[in-house]
Amino acid sequence: MNLLWLQSGGCGGCTMSLLCADSSDLFGSLTDAGIRILWHPSLSEESGAEVLDILSACAAGHTPVDLLCIEGSLLRGPDGSGRFHMLGGSGRPMIAWVRELAAHARYTLAIGSCAAWGGITTAGPNPAGACGLQYDGEEPGGLLGADYRSAAGLPVINVAGCPTHPGWVMETLLALALGQFDAGSMDALARPRSYADQLVHHGCARNEYYEFKASAERPSDLGCLMENMGCKGTQAHADCNLRPWNGGGSCTRGGYACISCTEPGFEEPGHPFVQTPKVAGIPIGLPSDMPKAWFVALAALSKSATPKRVRENAAADHLVVTPAIRRTGLK
Amino acid sequence: MSRRIVLGPFNRVEGDLEVSLEVAGGRVAAAYVNSPLFRGFEQILRGKDPRDALVLVPRICGICSVSQSAAAAAALREAMGLAVPENGELAANLVLAAENLADHFTHFYLFFMPDFARDEYAGRPWFDAARARFKAVRGTAAAEALPARTAFLQLTGILAGKWPHTLSLQPGGSSRAVSAVEKIRLHGLLREFRRWLERHLFGDALEAVAALDSADALAAWAAARAPTSSDLRLFLEIAADLELARLGRATDRFLSYGAYPLAGTPLFARGLWQPEDGATALFDPADIREDLSHAWLQGDTRHPWRGLTEPDADKAGAYTWCKAPRLAGQVVECGALARQMVDGHPLAHDLVARDGGSVLARVLCRLLELTRVLPAMEAWVQALTPGEPFCAHGALPDEGAGCGLVEAARGGLGHWLTIRHGRIAGYQIIAPTTWNFSPRDAAGTPGALEQALAGLPMDDARKSLVVQHVVRSFDPCMVCTVH
Repeated sequence: MNLLWLQSGGCGGCTMSLLCADSSDLFGSLTDAGIRILWHPSLSEESGAEVLDILSACAAGHTPVDLLCIEGSLLRGPDGSGRFHMLGGSGRPMIAWVRELAAHARYTLAIGSCAAWGGITTAGPNPAGACGLQYDGEEPGGLLGADYRSAAGLPVINVAGCPTHPGWVMETLLALALGQFDAGSMDALARPRSYADQLVHHGCARNEYYEFKASAERPSDLGCLMENMGCKGTQAHADCNLRPWNGGGSCTRGGYACISCTEPGFEEPGHPFVQTPKVAGIPIGLPSDMPKAWFVALAALSKSATPKRVRENAAADHLVVTPAIRRTGLK
Repeated sequence: MSRRIVLGPFNRVEGDLEVSLEVAGGRVAAAYVNSPLFRGFEQILRGKDPRDALVLVPRICGICSVSQSAAAAAALREAMGLAVPENGELAANLVLAAENLADHFTHFYLFFMPDFARDEYAGRPWFDAARARFKAVRGTAAAEALPARTAFLQLTGILAGKWPHTLSLQPGGSSRAVSAVEKIRLHGLLREFRRWLERHLFGDALEAVAALDSADALAAWAAARAPTSSDLRLFLEIAADLELARLGRATDRFLSYGAYPLAGTPLFARGLWQPEDGATALFDPADIREDLSHAWLQGDTRHPWRGLTEPDADKAGAYTWCKAPRLAGQVVECGALARQMVDGHPLAHDLVARDGGSVLARVLCRLLELTRVLPAMEAWVQALTPGEPFCAHGALPDEGAGCGLVEAARGGLGHWLTIRHGRIAGYQIIAPTTWNFSPRDAAGTPGALEQALAGLPMDDARKSLVVQHVVRSFDPCMVCTVH
């Protein structure tokens, strides 16, 4: 399968993240799956006119593009002209190239939340008129329109995340190459269910603090980040705490909130990112699928039952009280 | 008779780039550098809660993400009047150094060296070795270097949650305290990377390479073993054959904001080196101006405290989205070469004394930083004190201002933040490549790359490898440039 990768209104961070893939041989894994890189801006030899030759052949349908990977948002401004990103050397807006290429592509993938929804570039006044391939924030549409289907009959596959996890990209590419990816492999927002059926909360190392609502109040505190620090791990779809980032990390393990970067609209939460919005002292954003009354009741109960160890550690940056040693056998 | 050649898209640079060349008599008469992507982060930031900058600015750039975080944290720190505990400085230095060294490493193996494996160089004595080692995607170096990079960046998994786009760097230090056993793991990761570098990249101890103090010493070191015994020796053989020391001279004015501070003293000094002085001098950030005369932006020349970013795609005479920063009216160059010049490394000084800034000097100083910073990182890990605080805390002022000047892999990065009524009233950013790839200013003086390209041999747009070497020797980051 031919893979073509282009970058537009993003930061290149999803490529940088991909290069951290937990593989001893990233390029070999792609080759082994029958994936041939036609061109990638950070990796390929060809430059300048050689690139335009490759892109023109793809856009005309002469060179088949099986996997069209777009990283970064699509910039429609100013005034719909797309001039906020003219592809270097081509004299044409990148959005024109993407429209042409997507018309022929067998599968079109949005790599990261910018290409999926518009992402960070759409924050504030959205100065560049950014959008995603098939979403404009939470609204279907985007550059290609809600009705777009790639040649294989699928909508844009949204490998969302800011950045996206290298595993999410590699596993989606390999599943496509192996013929093991179809409409049922995507959730309602066209994200691969391989990672989007999980919540960031699952496997969070701070779960004991969550259970007792023993909360962090300041950066570097060990406690749960939900009550005060803006964490949305109980609502955000991703498996960040079930598979590690960079060997063993995740946002919550790094001491800071999940900002739900896989979700459309995450860039404008309506409150400071690192501060939980509350009404009458109760966080507005409660865990997915949980009735509010039960959450409030359980939180009140668990707070009053918090062990001293959990309470004191929650407000420290290292363990100040270690677990009691108990005999665990039935004696 | 002159003609105009447009080169682009440039690959193996971060982001998109277009270079227009006026060619006369087989040489570049004038170069015009266009940063063709505008996103508008400075507009996005206005009106936000100041703390939101820590989420937004890393996403300017996926390869300089931590340095953007560090600059924002420093600007907020100044506004909040915080002092960072020693652990916080050590942790922040380690995360920034991990990114900077990974960037140097990525530049050498993935971005820069593959150009010497192109068929245009077939027949050169070193070509077969270069092709086997550095061919894009297929060479043995990429296959070996990527896992080493991945393992090294596991430092960020421990210290920062993930890379890129961490939120662990805080105005008061780090949100991620390190335990005693994690110190051991960090130590192990650093030593593993050191072994890889010493075995493959240098073929010698880091300290031995760091101690090379002249071009002659470097040549003698290179000649002591076969060119194929290490990647640096192979590069030096290529550089000698292609005379990369005589390629790509820009202004020879070098700026560094000072890198990796600890208790008020940076590991690499802060200052300005100019040929007239022949020594590092102080500079005043108040002397920085951004000239908009050739950018698709409205407004007049201003200091970033008062800077504006208002796009105007139809502006006459403009050819890029990049502003033109100047220091006391001068074009300056930043990056690893500038840092080592300002810090007084004898090898950098000797190379510049002989030929000025060059492709060789820029690439070599990046590798030199690998040899100088990794041992410092090993010491920083040992200095971490579990149980002592990693982060100081304080309140944001409703009115205030802060400036954050840090050294990213590619050079000096500045953030200028003003806060009014508890919100961001102004946020201006000057990135390293904004300095290096700036367009002409109102006086018509070209930017650093534009100067470095002038005079290069050029007869065929499809055989522009010399231009490619010069462009990539700056390790440009185009997404940071305009932001």
